[in-house]
Amino acid sequence: MPHTGSDSHPLRVAILGSGPAAFYAAEHLLKQTGLAIEVDMFDRLPTPFGLVRGGVAPDHLKIKTVTKTFDHIATQPRFRFYGGVEFGRDLTLDDLKHLYHQIVYATGAQTDRRMGIPGEDLQGSHPATEFVAWYNGHPDYRHYQFDLSQERAAVVGVGNVAIDVARLLCRTREELLATDIADYVLEALSRSNIKEVYLLGRRGPAQAAFTNPEIKEVGEMAGADVFTLPEETQWDELSRAALEANPDRATTKKVEILQGYALRTLRATGKSRKLFIRFLVSPVEIIGDEQGRVKTLRLVKNVLAASESGALSAKATDQYEELPVGLVFRSVGYRGVPLPGVPFHERWGVILNEKGRVIDPDTKQPVVGQYAAGWIKRGPTGVIGTNKPDAVETVNAMLEDLRQGVMLQPVQPEAACVDDLLRQRQPNFFTYPDWQKLDALEVERGQAQDRPRVKFTSVEEMLKALGR
Amino acid sequence: MKIQTILATKGTRVITAQAGQTLREAIGLMIQHNIGALIVVDEADKPVGVLSERSILLAAARTDQFFEQPVREVMRTPVIVASPQDDLESVMQTMTVKRNRHIPVIDQGQLIGIVSVGDMVKARLDEYQGAVETLETQIVGE
Repeated sequence: MPHTGSDSHPLRVAILGSGPAAFYAAEHLLKQTGLAIEVDMFDRLPTPFGLVRGGVAPDHLKIKTVTKTFDHIATQPRFRFYGGVEFGRDLTLDDLKHLYHQIVYATGAQTDRRMGIPGEDLQGSHPATEFVAWYNGHPDYRHYQFDLSQERAAVVGVGNVAIDVARLLCRTREELLATDIADYVLEALSRSNIKEVYLLGRRGPAQAAFTNPEIKEVGEMAGADVFTLPEETQWDELSRAALEANPDRATTKKVEILQGYALRTLRATGKSRKLFIRFLVSPVEIIGDEQGRVKTLRLVKNVLAASESGALSAKATDQYEELPVGLVFRSVGYRGVPLPGVPFHERWGVILNEKGRVIDPDTKQPVVGQYAAGWIKRGPTGVIGTNKPDAVETVNAMLEDLRQGVMLQPVQPEAACVDDLLRQRQPNFFTYPDWQKLDALEVERGQAQDRPRVKFTSVEEMLKALGR
Repeated sequence: MKIQTILATKGTRVITAQAGQTLREAIGLMIQHNIGALIVVDEADKPVGVLSERSILLAAARTDQFFEQPVREVMRTPVIVASPQDDLESVMQTMTVKRNRHIPVIDQGQLIGIVSVGDMVKARLDEYQGAVETLETQIVGE
């Protein structure tokens, strides 16, 4: 019998998710010479690209140019995309085991971590992920409401998502017109009453996760000035010792930029909005008004403490402060969502694995034919390109297992069987050519308004645009 | 990046030894699992030492009765441990200063992993490659 991976018996791989890790895994699989590999990629959304479409901030268009690479991968003959197909609803793990030799989970980190403080569920307190999905036109979030009649908003966290949220709250209509922000958001943010935005970090400026270009960018906004407090941006002893032991130009520069913002006076330029970047503070409670709406954020001031391994963490003091705000966005970390029938590490929010091979939590041995890539594999860390070495590692494990003959034994390893099954389960699935038509239409709609793109934000309008 | 980023893709299986085992047994374990260090634990699975290739080498140079020595005579103590939430950068720095090439990871009192300098170098290399990949894509895409 011909071996799996030959032209007559191609290796059939299912990839769940269609973000960067999924595409980089597909790319590495499809470029193997001397092996016939077929890749089917599934996404619960009609459109591909995961967080590149639904997460990257709309005013960071340059970052989205990576989709050209993904386009190139997707147009290869042994690649197929199935959008609008949900794992667990339209396709089960057993279905995939019937159809594929190998399955890759590249479903990302779809939900946020909670702060675990009283008042977190008051009206006006939101996960930043929901706001991000809303401004990026995610079909499941387009109907969400954020009370932008408020004058003051706090964003908890100083990672890149936190700074995206803070920046977009400060952008002017003119700045937003040059982005691919969802059109309903453009209107909502244009009417926004927000005057002050507070970005809150629990540790010091040297430990903040945002990058120097991001922190410089907020200093150059058309309609908002940025400020820090001198006492919160000074070098503390522990951070200085860590830097001296391990000199790092980027950290030195980051602190310098933030100290520069402390020198600006409140009337610096008279722009209508103000962004305050605060450090060494942690929310301990969100206090509501009589209607159950966010009224005040209670903060505790922190100092840094070093553990025996040298890691610096925030330690609460007995000093508190109250910040009157009407909106709170939490962005204190992201986590994956468990997939039905797939092992999951609840506390870390990832699928535990060894170089991409999914590990059975009981036996601690690899689960045959199942792999992970991207954020569901390693947790939410790194930039888009980090998913390339990550996915390559996973694919190398898959190819090694193929050589060893360790894989699933599907009873229907034929491409046509997938279409047959999906026509019964989810006849309205979207193909890659469907996406290419939608993409062209979105760009066309954008040109009419002198914008880079105007997104379709509901499944119905996408189907209608395709004449279905 | 956090220590847990490394452990997520490495698995949380840790090969351990008891302080009373002989070096012969311990070396046998290291060869069997192709690893450079063993975490030495007490009855409650709490780390009490690290037996590394370097500690074995030092012991070999010291005595002719090398293989029969108990692990406790040779292992490195006290043990510095990390938590999954620790920053990779800080832990790397501590390991460099203390010249430790392996560090056990403890979560809620349980030994859940071991991280080596090699793991950290790989994680940093992947991070840098990722940044280069992103920048190249953006430059080409413009």
